Amino acid sequence: MFLGEHFPVLVVVISLFSAFTILLAGWWEKRTCLPISLATISVQLFMALYILREVVSSGEAIHYWLGGWAPPWGIEYVLDAFNAYVLVVVLFVCLLTAVFSKRSVEKELPGKVVQFYVLFQLLVTGLCGILVTGDIFNLYVFLEISSLTTYALIAAARGRALKASYNYVIFGSIGACFYLLGVGFLYAVTGSLNMHDLALLLPPLYENKVVQAAFVFFVVGTSIKMALFPLHIWQPDAYTYAPSAVSVVIAAAMSKVSIYAFIRVFFSVFTTKFLQIYVPIDTALCWVAAVAIIVGSVIAITQTNLKRMLAYSSVSQVGYIVLGVGLYSTQWGLYGALMHILNHAVTKGCLFVVAGAIIYRTGLLDIRDFAGLGKKMPFTCAAFTLAALSMIGVPPSVGFVTKLCLLAASLEAVEYGLVAVVLASTLLNLVYFWRVIERMYFVKPGREGKGAAREERAAREERAAREEKSGRKIMKDEAPVSMLIPALVLGSLCVVLGLLWLAGSATPLLPVVEQAVEGLLSTGVVK
Amino acid sequence: MIGVQEAVLSSTTTLSYRPLLAILCPATAAVLILLSSKRPNLRESWTILAGVLQFSLVASLVPTILDGKVVKCTFFETMFEGVAFGFKVDAFGLVFALTASFLWILVSFYSVGYMRALKEHAQTRYYFCFAIAIFGAVGVALSANLLSMFIFFEVLTVSTYPLVIHEQNEEALRAGHKYFAYLITAGVFLLFAIMLTYHLTGTTDFTNRGIKALAELGPAYKTTLVVLFFCFLLGFMKAAWMPFHSWLPTAMVAPTPVSSLLHAVAVVKAGVFGIVRIVCYIYGVDLMSSLGLGFVLACIAAFTMIVANLLAISQDNLKRRLAYSTINQLSYIILGAALLTSEGIRGAMLHIPFHGFMKITLFLCAGAIMVASGKKNISEMAGIGKRMPVTMLAFTICAFGMCGIPPACGFISKWFLCQGTLQAGEMVFLFVLLLASFLDVIYFFPIILTAFFKKPEGVVEGEGAAAVEVKEAPLFMLVPLTLTAIFSVLFLLDFILGLNIISFYFYRIVEVAVGNVV
Repeated sequence: MFLGEHFPVLVVVISLFSAFTILLAGWWEKRTCLPISLATISVQLFMALYILREVVSSGEAIHYWLGGWAPPWGIEYVLDAFNAYVLVVVLFVCLLTAVFSKRSVEKELPGKVVQFYVLFQLLVTGLCGILVTGDIFNLYVFLEISSLTTYALIAAARGRALKASYNYVIFGSIGACFYLLGVGFLYAVTGSLNMHDLALLLPPLYENKVVQAAFVFFVVGTSIKMALFPLHIWQPDAYTYAPSAVSVVIAAAMSKVSIYAFIRVFFSVFTTKFLQIYVPIDTALCWVAAVAIIVGSVIAITQTNLKRMLAYSSVSQVGYIVLGVGLYSTQWGLYGALMHILNHAVTKGCLFVVAGAIIYRTGLLDIRDFAGLGKKMPFTCAAFTLAALSMIGVPPSVGFVTKLCLLAASLEAVEYGLVAVVLASTLLNLVYFWRVIERMYFVKPGREGKGAAREERAAREERAAREEKSGRKIMKDEAPVSMLIPALVLGSLCVVLGLLWLAGSATPLLPVVEQAVEGLLSTGVVK
Repeated sequence: MIGVQEAVLSSTTTLSYRPLLAILCPATAAVLILLSSKRPNLRESWTILAGVLQFSLVASLVPTILDGKVVKCTFFETMFEGVAFGFKVDAFGLVFALTASFLWILVSFYSVGYMRALKEHAQTRYYFCFAIAIFGAVGVALSANLLSMFIFFEVLTVSTYPLVIHEQNEEALRAGHKYFAYLITAGVFLLFAIMLTYHLTGTTDFTNRGIKALAELGPAYKTTLVVLFFCFLLGFMKAAWMPFHSWLPTAMVAPTPVSSLLHAVAVVKAGVFGIVRIVCYIYGVDLMSSLGLGFVLACIAAFTMIVANLLAISQDNLKRRLAYSTINQLSYIILGAALLTSEGIRGAMLHIPFHGFMKITLFLCAGAIMVASGKKNISEMAGIGKRMPVTMLAFTICAFGMCGIPPACGFISKWFLCQGTLQAGEMVFLFVLLLASFLDVIYFFPIILTAFFKKPEGVVEGEGAAAVEVKEAPLFMLVPLTLTAIFSVLFLLDFILGLNIISFYFYRIVEVAVGNVV
């Protein structure tokens, strides 16, 4: 198929053009922004699915030379099972975020609708770019595009978000600089920027201190970006104070892309051979991840703001993925990591959508005020419950599957300490998520109401106005459909995907990850 | 995807979708209950309809099992090689499934009476969670391997939580925390044990006489196996063995039908069911005895039996006293399995349904007393036997059974358990069994005495006796508890007469099960 060949580049380009179209169209009519964005992301998702199917059915990576320039001189886009899979995940989450954003942006960012969608579409462009490129400098460029748009999107919420965004700018820039230093070092030694080419050129230079320093820069740089403990300090504020829709997309999609970059550099530029012989950091990585899992959860327990709690939970969930990466030498380690990229995107996406819906409807931020919410917003709370159970790891949810993989991997590595960490994290997750569920459904309302926030008062007044208009008391006050759809889709996916993973090779899901893992481990090279 | 057909595979295995259908009954009912939340009559008919259907499906498996075959129903190979997700119904699983699904029908009727009489809130949630809990319990009974079983185990834990905290007051919420603190922690241990088993052997299937690969690991793994066994034990905290029992008395804040079916039959029996599965179908009798684990387990059980009974004596709240009695009786089952002899295991397996029928009667009586008279404490129950003669008669019969005295069937299972101790040559445990039964008498007889022979306070001699009028609980409640009491007696009669029909073929099914494992 003629057009299909160009999908790797089109998936980025149409997104970029769409961003400018939104700007122009939004100038003329604000209401056109969302449909254009939705249409673009849908087309992108279709392309991503097409690419994924091609890659999986042929068993080989797709190479696309920009402008027909052959690598290593030209920029090459390479799509193997791994990035095609993450691309689908990310675009799917972005699509649902766009659906969710309709009402939330209208309310939270009035007068900035056009700006929001332009930046959002640019962010999607950046994310897709990171995922498709086979060139480490090109990856840096897209990383900056996505980061800069995120800084702006977070700051859009004003107030404390400005400080959060500023913090993120500082940390994000340091991270990006580190990454860029790594790129520079490698270029100085090899004269190449193409990942495949680097993987071929590097082996004789593995002992070179510059190469090893470059590796360290890469690891630290991407670690900051993905908020790996203890480099996560920018993250809780950013997630908490960002507009609801932005929280969803950075928590569910952007963090996954940073993790993708980490894994990609780890295995496809520096190969497993380098890791095993010259920089055996896998054990260290495992224990950093273990600390992240425990500390993230423990801090989450102490939080009373729902979004902040979810942010700290993300710190611990990133730990899960890194733990999987650290256990790459076992049969199930990388499986766990790659599966959790999807699992966490779905679960955390759902949780942040629900948090956004609750804020939209009731203005409540504090978990202690949630009593009786289960009656008021039954579907929203049901979605939350599904996702929370998945976080805890109740079977057959996606969280359970990840836990199984990580347990199997830790047992194979004979690391009983890690086994204990994974299991203990179940209990910690139970503590902080069940607290919310209990408030929603079982604690009788009016018992513990604490300090009504400004937003809550506004929401209450608004409800009173609506009650007056309709002339009856509103008992059930469900979130708007545009918020319910993403919440329920993601919530039910938490269970459905769990079953699909468990079903193993009977479904098309596991073979994709299998191929991705093979791709990362076998040659360590993007073919 | 699910390519299960009704076909005979070999002489020992039958493929059938009936286990799946049996499981789907309560699951479907749960959805329908949610949908018909506005129409109570329809909502409760779903529960009862599903109960009847499920029981008939489970019962239809009996002839196949009695032929010495196993009914299999595999859905898919999981991502872990060698571990399939599916059902395998063998004789032992069938015993538990029959008990749980039959008692669900009766308790459903009882629930209708109880919940309506007390005008309880959140009834839809109650019936919904109840159906899911039964889904979990029967799933545990029918599972083919540890991983499938674990999934249903967790479903059971989570679904019973809303039932425990039904009252939604401070006390109930705190009980809920305790419930989760124990049972989810148990789940964590169980998951670890399952994954370790898989890591060691490459399989988690329940195998008659134990998994071969586990037995062949050799002496180097002795410590690992012992640790693994204790992880399994901790994983089955649902069996309420001491010192990990205190969630059970606390969970008694739940409505009485929940305490009766879930915390006397489904949840706790799932725990002991798991322990017997581990002893007989994962480790196997031979490995257990060569590791010396049978003796350790028996000691734990013996300790629990005695201490639980001593604690029971001091309880004034009837339901709490019954809860301690449950803890004690569960350890009878554990002890039976731990003896590792054919008669001991027979006694253990028989005690699962028998204790189920008897204890459920006792709890149903407690609920009936509460509804009819509002009394919860034993000290207030003076003269209640005259006001509620049918209820208290049922109570008395089953209390006798608990102590191992005819005419209820507790006598038989205890008889086999005693035989088991003799067979194992462990006179100590015979003594423990008899002592525990004696203690049973000590805390059950005062209840009966108070109910029938003590005069209520404030009633003046002479005029009081005539003034007492009969006031039983509603029929919806009275009939189920009468039926379970009658069944408890029939099981004994059946044993003496050898008819086998009225006792759900329990004796013959257990015969098959015992033949498989010893």
